[in-house]
Amino acid sequence: MTVGIVGYGGYVPKYRITPDNIGKVWGVDGAARGKGLGIQMKSIPSPDEDVITIAVSAARKAMKGCDVCPDDIGAIYVGSESHPYAVKPTATIVSEAIGAAPDLTAADYEFACKAGTAAIQTCMGLVLSDMVKYGMAIGADTSQGAPGDPLEYSASAGGAAFLIGKENMIAEINHTVSYTTDTPDFWRREGQMYPKHAGRFTGEPAYFKHINACSHKLFQAMGTKPDDYQHAIFHQPNGKFPLRIGKSMGFGPDQMKYGLLTPIIGNTYSGAVPLGLTNVLDHAAPGDRIFVMAYGSGAGSDGFDITVKDSIEDYRKGDWCSLDCSNQDLIYLDYANYAKFRGKIKMGGV
Amino acid sequence: MEVARFWRENQSRYNMQGKKCGACGIVYFPPRDLCPKCRRESIGKMEKLKLSGKGKIISYTVVHDGLPAFSMQVPYTMAIIELEEGPKITGQIVDVKPDEVKIGTEVEAVFRKLGQEGECGVIHYGYKFVPKE
Ligand SMILES: [Zn+2]
Repeated sequence: MTVGIVGYGGYVPKYRITPDNIGKVWGVDGAARGKGLGIQMKSIPSPDEDVITIAVSAARKAMKGCDVCPDDIGAIYVGSESHPYAVKPTATIVSEAIGAAPDLTAADYEFACKAGTAAIQTCMGLVLSDMVKYGMAIGADTSQGAPGDPLEYSASAGGAAFLIGKENMIAEINHTVSYTTDTPDFWRREGQMYPKHAGRFTGEPAYFKHINACSHKLFQAMGTKPDDYQHAIFHQPNGKFPLRIGKSMGFGPDQMKYGLLTPIIGNTYSGAVPLGLTNVLDHAAPGDRIFVMAYGSGAGSDGFDITVKDSIEDYRKGDWCSLDCSNQDLIYLDYANYAKFRGKIKMGGV
Repeated sequence: MEVARFWRENQSRYNMQGKKCGACGIVYFPPRDLCPKCRRESIGKMEKLKLSGKGKIISYTVVHDGLPAFSMQVPYTMAIIELEEGPKITGQIVDVKPDEVKIGTEVEAVFRKLGQEGECGVIHYGYKFVPKE
């Protein structure tokens, strides 16, 4: 395969809340909960942000960094489980907002937390078959946990965009594999505001089983072992699962440090692995090999083997903007303002 | 009717698409089909121009009693921004506390939700501004 990443951009809203502030409201030790989940804080979208604005912000960053004419983008796919419209694609608004419309195909994807990586795979196929010159794949979410639910400590907001193509690559995608089964570990019915999850069922038979199986497939296909990779990114519903599964396979903390953002931004669902990949690309050296393993409830895993190219150095000299979500301009909210921001307070007549 | 009115202006609202008079060089945003200065001379010479979205605050006010659609955001800052290309426009300043906004603050455009026609209606998107990093 000769296809890869031409440009990329990540976006995380500036607002944060700490587990301590959430726990206070529900009469539990939030700080301890946060520690248990490996989460120090999570991002919150401002009232004027949603998956569409996050997707546009990430896509614009991706376009800013590379020298590609928006007219050459033949496909845009946006993966999310929190598209603002049930009917009316996010991808149409993104297409218009980056100047790629109207000569392209576009659609929205949903596969819990791995819809963004499914979008990358689709773009790879279209590019490799010469159906399009470039494809834009985006994963973004503004997911919510029901008030008081354990998910409330982690569900956050953010997203990342990747321009996929054959020319001007900064990282080559050597291979991709997937593993999919019907597993009801987590779901949200149409019209419901908050998701449901099957408690402990979300661990072993879901996250761990699918990631292990898909990782094994990728190692086997490539003839590789964990030592062959400088960076590893696993889906990260909390700060603990990815470290646990990575360690069990033989990946060390150094290989996972750039790809693991959940401790400081929370679980961005469809944005999680894509954002981890943007942060790895921000720090990777030419020749570095990246192991990427997404997971989406329902359930499935997508794996990627990626090699960073020399051209990443020139890319960083250009109009590239790094993710830098630990920047000093963060705005911390208390629970009352968080609830207001997220529409958890119902007001009659408005 | 609102849906159609907003939709017609999407290009300028999403991408800050303005127009430049080919006769005198003045840039207009929102776009105009005729240069008020050159009038007849500008006919056929108004060129599309995508603005950078960068500019600086020349005046601002903090709104405490906003429109119902903005009730979740009060107090919020509305400012007049002088764009790099010349036009002065009104826009909301976001992601910053009102007391941190100053005249002369350099800002850049971001893509945000401008409002919606109720819980069931269409959502409007367009530019707002954040302090430049
Ligand atoms: Zn003129």
